[in-house]
Amino acid sequence: MPVKSLDGAAKQAVSSVQNYALLSGRAIGNLFKKPHYLPDIWSQADLIGVGSLPIVLLTGFFLGGVLALQSASTLSQFGAAAFTGQLVSFSMIKEIGPVVTALMVSGRNASGMASELGSMMVTEQIDAMRALGTDPVKKLVTPRIFSTVFMVFFLVIVSDAVGIVGGAMVAVFMLGQDGSQYFHTAYQSLAYADVVQGLVKPLFFGFIIGSIGCFYGMNTKGGTQGVGRSTTQAVVVSSVLIIASDFLISKVLITIFGR
Amino acid sequence: MDTVPTLEAPSPSPAPAEATVVFEDVSISFEANEVLRGISFRVAPGETRILLGPAGVGKSVVLKLTNGLLRPDSGRITVFGQEVSSMPEDDLYILRDRIGMVFQEGALFDSLTVHDNVAYRLIEEHVSPDEIDRRVLEALRFVELEHTVDKLPSQLSGGMRRRVAIARAIVSRPDLLLYDSPTGGLDPITSTTIIELVMKQRDVYGTSSLLVTHRLQDAFTLATHRFNQQSSKMEPLPDGTVNSNTTFLLLHDGKLEFDGTTHDLIHSNDPFLKKYLS
Repeated sequence: MPVKSLDGAAKQAVSSVQNYALLSGRAIGNLFKKPHYLPDIWSQADLIGVGSLPIVLLTGFFLGGVLALQSASTLSQFGAAAFTGQLVSFSMIKEIGPVVTALMVSGRNASGMASELGSMMVTEQIDAMRALGTDPVKKLVTPRIFSTVFMVFFLVIVSDAVGIVGGAMVAVFMLGQDGSQYFHTAYQSLAYADVVQGLVKPLFFGFIIGSIGCFYGMNTKGGTQGVGRSTTQAVVVSSVLIIASDFLISKVLITIFGR
Repeated sequence: MDTVPTLEAPSPSPAPAEATVVFEDVSISFEANEVLRGISFRVAPGETRILLGPAGVGKSVVLKLTNGLLRPDSGRITVFGQEVSSMPEDDLYILRDRIGMVFQEGALFDSLTVHDNVAYRLIEEHVSPDEIDRRVLEALRFVELEHTVDKLPSQLSGGMRRRVAIARAIVSRPDLLLYDSPTGGLDPITSTTIIELVMKQRDVYGTSSLLVTHRLQDAFTLATHRFNQQSSKMEPLPDGTVNSNTTFLLLHDGKLEFDGTTHDLIHSNDPFLKKYLS
């Protein structure tokens, strides 16, 4: 009996990965097929992008500040407090900006997508949509994934900028450092490879958030309890995948660019 | 009821040669639980087939199979002569233009108004706004809910939601209607209103339909009444006659236990049928 259960669990896991790949493939394929639901893309971009802006601004600002605070105390032990700006910009642009922004958006939107689509599943609204001749993947999934990828990209840029400003505020007003030196080191030390790393990651993270949120929503079973379960799973899985993929993307890009 | 004479249906649509729906030896399982085993039946043009059976026997599954929302494990399903059991999803969307479906709880889009719910298919088909408004009002007038056009589904009662779902299903003037327990969970008066609408659609437009219910009372009302267009009310058929275009199917334990007329159903000697009808 335990062997059978293990067998069943393994089959279920493989089936889930297969279904996820199929859903993602169909969602991407729909970008090249009519009809395109532009109003849905627009409203989702507003919901995901503009709606997430306050939490991204706040987390970015305070992360930049705390990075400056922590790094300055360590750097000053080696007489290198002047490099605070460099450390903050490096950290924000290459790692913390993309990862934390993605985690924030995941907590807010992967859960939102899973619960919204999950509720539609358990109340047969998705079936009704299919019965009315509309492909729910085209109408609901593709706009969400596309909007998330698009908006996470710009949210990360905003988060990086606000984080560097937050670090500057701490460096100047709390640590008494020179503002122009902070921004000079922050800007001068950045290379093309660093910026590329910081801008490639959000594309993958946005895809993970949108596709995982929609996948769990579209596979919801078991009434309101099922909706709750899907919501939790969407946030947990997308968060873990963001961090795991961050490692892989960093490794690949460091190998390509050498830094 | 010893004899059940039949009455010709008032105005069925011109009958083409082929059946509207054909199930041939259809089986489907969900996680090792075999729900339907070798089901075969037909729905003729203009015919109303009432699918009876205990709860959880797979009645809704039959409707979803008919509409291509589920695929059978084996067997063949044809709708308007096209095999839906193996049809690509994109082709199914085109075929569904001719099929209207009323879901168990209505399944209205809760973020859209009544107007937008009913107009959904027309909006997707890029019908002109004036034509959409005209047809939405016509459909809502049919279910006597034209005053709810700007309301959200959450502002309607259960019975009203079901009626809006019927309006949404008929707005595109489908050739086949699938009703999934349209009176389930409703009080007797509201149930009668819904059944009257189903009857009106049958007798005024002669649309083929497959209706799932576990309420015998609703089923027999459909078989023994007709819709009077002059008085806009349903009325009993004269002297115990029944509608010849309304027939029965009964599912039990994954199999089709009965397929026949009202007369055959009432006079069946099958022990399960007798127990079920008693």
